Amino acid sequence: MGARDLHGPGAPWGDRPPGDRENRDFRVIGKPLPKVDGLAKATGAAVYADDIALPGMLHAKTLRSPHAHARIRSIDASRALALPGVHAVITGKDMPIPYGVIPWTPDEHALALDKVRFVGDEVAAVAAVDEDTANAAVKLIAVEYEPLKAFYDPFEALAAVEPRIHEDSKGPGNISKHVALSFGDIEGELARADVVVEDDYFFHGTTHTPIEPHCAVAQFSADGLLTVWSATQITHYVQRALARVLELPIARIRVVQPALGGAFGGKSDPFSLEFCVAKLAMITGRPVKMLWTREEVFYAHRGRHPMHMRYKTGAKKDGRITGVDAKILIDGGAYSSFGLVTAYYAGQLLTGPYHFPSYRFDSTRVFTNKPPCGPKRGHGSVQPRFAFEVQLDQVAEKLGLDPIEIRRKNFQGENTHTVNGQRITSNGFLACLDEVERASGWRERRGRLPRGRGLGVAGSMYISGTNYPVYPNPLPQAGIQLALERSGRVTVFTGGNDIGQGSNSVVAYLVAEELGLDVLDVRVVAADTDLCPVDLGAYSSRVTFMVGNATIDACRKLRAQIVQAVAEAWKVEVSRVRLASGRAIDLADASRSIPIAEAFQIAEERFDTLGSTGSYNTPTLGGDYRGGTIGAAPAYSFTAHVAEVSVDLETGRITCEKVWIAHDCGRALNPMLVAGQMEGSAYMGIAEALLEDHDVNRFGLHAGPSLLDYRIPTAVDTPELYALIVESLDPEGPYGAKEAGEGPLHPSIPAISNAVFDAVGIRLKHLPFTPGKVLKALREKEARSPVLSRGGRR
Amino acid sequence: MLRLPQFELARPRTVSEAVTLLSEAGPSAMVVAGGTDLLPNMKHELFTPDVLVSLAGIEELRGVREIENGWLAIGAMTSLSAVAEHPLLRRRAPALAQAASIVAGPQLRSMGTIGGNVMLDTRCQWYNQTYFWRQALGYCLKKDGALCHVVAGGKKCVAAASNDTAPALMTLSATLEIEGPEGRRSVPIDDFWVADGIFNKRLEPAEILVEVRLGPTPPGHRGAYGKLRDRGSIDFPLLGVAARLDLDDSGAVADADVVLTALAARPVRVQKTRSLLIGSRPDQTSFDDAIAVVAAAAFVQCHPLANIPGDADYRREMVPVFVGRTLRAAADGSGPVHPI
Repeated sequence: MGARDLHGPGAPWGDRPPGDRENRDFRVIGKPLPKVDGLAKATGAAVYADDIALPGMLHAKTLRSPHAHARIRSIDASRALALPGVHAVITGKDMPIPYGVIPWTPDEHALALDKVRFVGDEVAAVAAVDEDTANAAVKLIAVEYEPLKAFYDPFEALAAVEPRIHEDSKGPGNISKHVALSFGDIEGELARADVVVEDDYFFHGTTHTPIEPHCAVAQFSADGLLTVWSATQITHYVQRALARVLELPIARIRVVQPALGGAFGGKSDPFSLEFCVAKLAMITGRPVKMLWTREEVFYAHRGRHPMHMRYKTGAKKDGRITGVDAKILIDGGAYSSFGLVTAYYAGQLLTGPYHFPSYRFDSTRVFTNKPPCGPKRGHGSVQPRFAFEVQLDQVAEKLGLDPIEIRRKNFQGENTHTVNGQRITSNGFLACLDEVERASGWRERRGRLPRGRGLGVAGSMYISGTNYPVYPNPLPQAGIQLALERSGRVTVFTGGNDIGQGSNSVVAYLVAEELGLDVLDVRVVAADTDLCPVDLGAYSSRVTFMVGNATIDACRKLRAQIVQAVAEAWKVEVSRVRLASGRAIDLADASRSIPIAEAFQIAEERFDTLGSTGSYNTPTLGGDYRGGTIGAAPAYSFTAHVAEVSVDLETGRITCEKVWIAHDCGRALNPMLVAGQMEGSAYMGIAEALLEDHDVNRFGLHAGPSLLDYRIPTAVDTPELYALIVESLDPEGPYGAKEAGEGPLHPSIPAISNAVFDAVGIRLKHLPFTPGKVLKALREKEARSPVLSRGGRR
Repeated sequence: MLRLPQFELARPRTVSEAVTLLSEAGPSAMVVAGGTDLLPNMKHELFTPDVLVSLAGIEELRGVREIENGWLAIGAMTSLSAVAEHPLLRRRAPALAQAASIVAGPQLRSMGTIGGNVMLDTRCQWYNQTYFWRQALGYCLKKDGALCHVVAGGKKCVAAASNDTAPALMTLSATLEIEGPEGRRSVPIDDFWVADGIFNKRLEPAEILVEVRLGPTPPGHRGAYGKLRDRGSIDFPLLGVAARLDLDDSGAVADADVVLTALAARPVRVQKTRSLLIGSRPDQTSFDDAIAVVAAAAFVQCHPLANIPGDADYRREMVPVFVGRTLRAAADGSGPVHPI
């Protein structure tokens, strides 16, 4: 039974007194408390994967392909094995079973079996007494390759018959996944439109750049138990993948996620190093660690897919959209990863916050010989959102409408369904628009700033988890276990992955609120498959919503017991007993209260040792068609941004000066963490718009696999960010909460493009917005209308 | 993390001891100053010295002092942040102080030294990469290979001089004090460079840069540095511009110089700057026209190649913009000119 079943869909916090909406009655929720692991991270006490050192531990390194596309003829590791200090060398043949995070597309091998598909693809791994010996051994492995034609351009890969990057991929060309869906009368609606805008947009590749590189440590005990500590955001899927590839019973595998230095989607696949350390530990009988270099993290990638997008939007004179038609070519890189989902998300997640009477999309993901793409913060939907929000501005321009007004005009409303069958519950998008309009001084300033300075708006929506687990199963998506101690302390066991977003803190806050405890009296044990109930992992912005609801579910069961036992002891109605601020209180008699430890003891005496479990599963959601559940979320978050930019007309450089970010997160369980997610998201979006470019050069080599050459903004490059939290109080979220970690990224990129239009009258439709592109567009504009450019604002 | 190759560290206390150590160790030894450039390059296996002779313990190499005839001597081990903040240098050599103030980021300026920046290795997108990456490429002309990937069929390495302080020192007519087995010599910095990306300096084996010397500047001296880069910190220059304007008592330009870097293997002087600007007055509008002529001349003269990351055509387009802005900053007493 999940929280929603226990407490009804009306309001999980419904037993709270009135005034709750203003947070007056909360002791923990809604307060800007520090993270539970904040001090440990700030002081260096937190243990990350690379901090783990076990007795006798070996160090492993990977040999990678220097070819973008080649067949492996032979591998000779004899010289490496002969090097003193080398304990084992493994190749693809040692782990021939393929895997993939999506069970329908298992096209990866821990080490390449017969082919390599990008420069950096893993070919062999060495375990040795230290890193230097392992590195030296890697250089001694001789591999004979038969190079094949490589594809770096998705159009070329799609047109090609031979060679195939994956021999068993479907259809002609190198198609990874094709999705075509149509809703409503798209042709008719476009024909009925007063204005139709059709244009091409391009979103480039970008990557996550977490501070912590991937790292894994494995230990294989004499009795056959495998433990893997890994910098992952999906312990459960890693455990399943290890069982499959290593052919071990899943119950004998323990996966633990230590403290994590950022992920952003870049650690949500099983990775080569996890299999390699496990296999090498099994072979050598010694613990094995592998820490990737920054360069290797760039090869592991799974970042933003480049997308070539053609959009057509029809609208009535008053700005109401009649239909949207999209055709998208997705550059997938060398493997599937989450690509099946990406191809769906690219279309499915665009149908809010605006009402589309009709909608059609056709998205094709193709393989290329580049580092594999995957889920990066805002998986699959950041690129289409960029294209559409710029196009919506073009529509507003054609119709002479204010860009915020056209967005208001198309608002889909609360408690409705989208054209593709997604259920919308709470929806604070209008409040988001109001907030950014007010805070940015939009009405007074937009269109009136000096030439070179401008404001732009964009909106978006995103999922709070989805009801589509990556492997189909009817089991809970999130589980929680609570153990009470008579000291007044509670330990929470959660499978949730805290990747820096603060999910362990959220769990602690919820337990503290529900059971009336100080947050310091709540211990969180997380992301350890031996100790914690299953959670599917930190992706799709599901953790606060799902783990939060499961936590409340577990707490309410325990609270009922404690309250009942105390009420019985006091001989009062249960409704009079309240657990708050570390005490059990009689609401009708202020003089009667006892410390919470005493209440726990009364309950323990009454009910025996105290503990509980809680879980969450989504209600049945989604459209009744193939793929209709992909992107079906129990709740959606909504965001609006206004960006203020200045454009240097001589250098073409865009400076993002300020961004106002209004985000409907349902309820801010901790407004400080929510604001941090909003600011971090906007930062990442700005980086993608202006600086980042994840690409390969003409040889298929990564264009700059280092944090020197792959530019992400420094502190001085980061604009003023204003986080404006909008709380719509979702009926099914924990205390009304929804996601805050991914949604707020989406509008930042189109808002910048739209602001540049306001500043200098050029439409930037091809990312990234480099100074060279800006200068070229300015010159083209000058050539078209020289008089206007010199005299007027645009 | 990339591993640093093994090496022996020698820590001499005097310059002559350092020179002796270098002579004895031969070509397998290198000098390390702040290490901010050398150590990453060693991790990339661009250099694999057996011995590193550290200059960190040599007291005589630190600090700025006034010497005879109004000259200043900057010890090679003086940190870039110390150069950037030194009151005398800010007044007498603003272009240098400005250039030092925007090398890399704050931490690297605390470790990095003026000597290290002058001696900085040239940079190229086909060269400043890991061993694995360069091996996958098949190497390049500058290191381990026979092909240039910047210029098809190129026989001469075109890796870019990327030291911010070099063009500033050239506008200031600095001299370099170099000590080696044959004793000490003094070289005008203009004569120090060669247009060869593999090694763009005239330095003999076992020689050490000891001091950078600056002559007196007239009271009307103005200078500025401009730097094109993607970010407001950390990055090497995509283009660097140092400008000098010496004004006479009447406020007219008596001498002028503009030197560019990060385009080719050595810093390059914009020809005719002096003749185009001499006599003009920054407080008159004709000065803007004169600057525009210098900027246009710089554009005609410079043809950056795709050696360092970034669009070479864009870098060329920015030459006149940054020449103009840096000259204007020098005249105004502002700068450095850079984004952010």
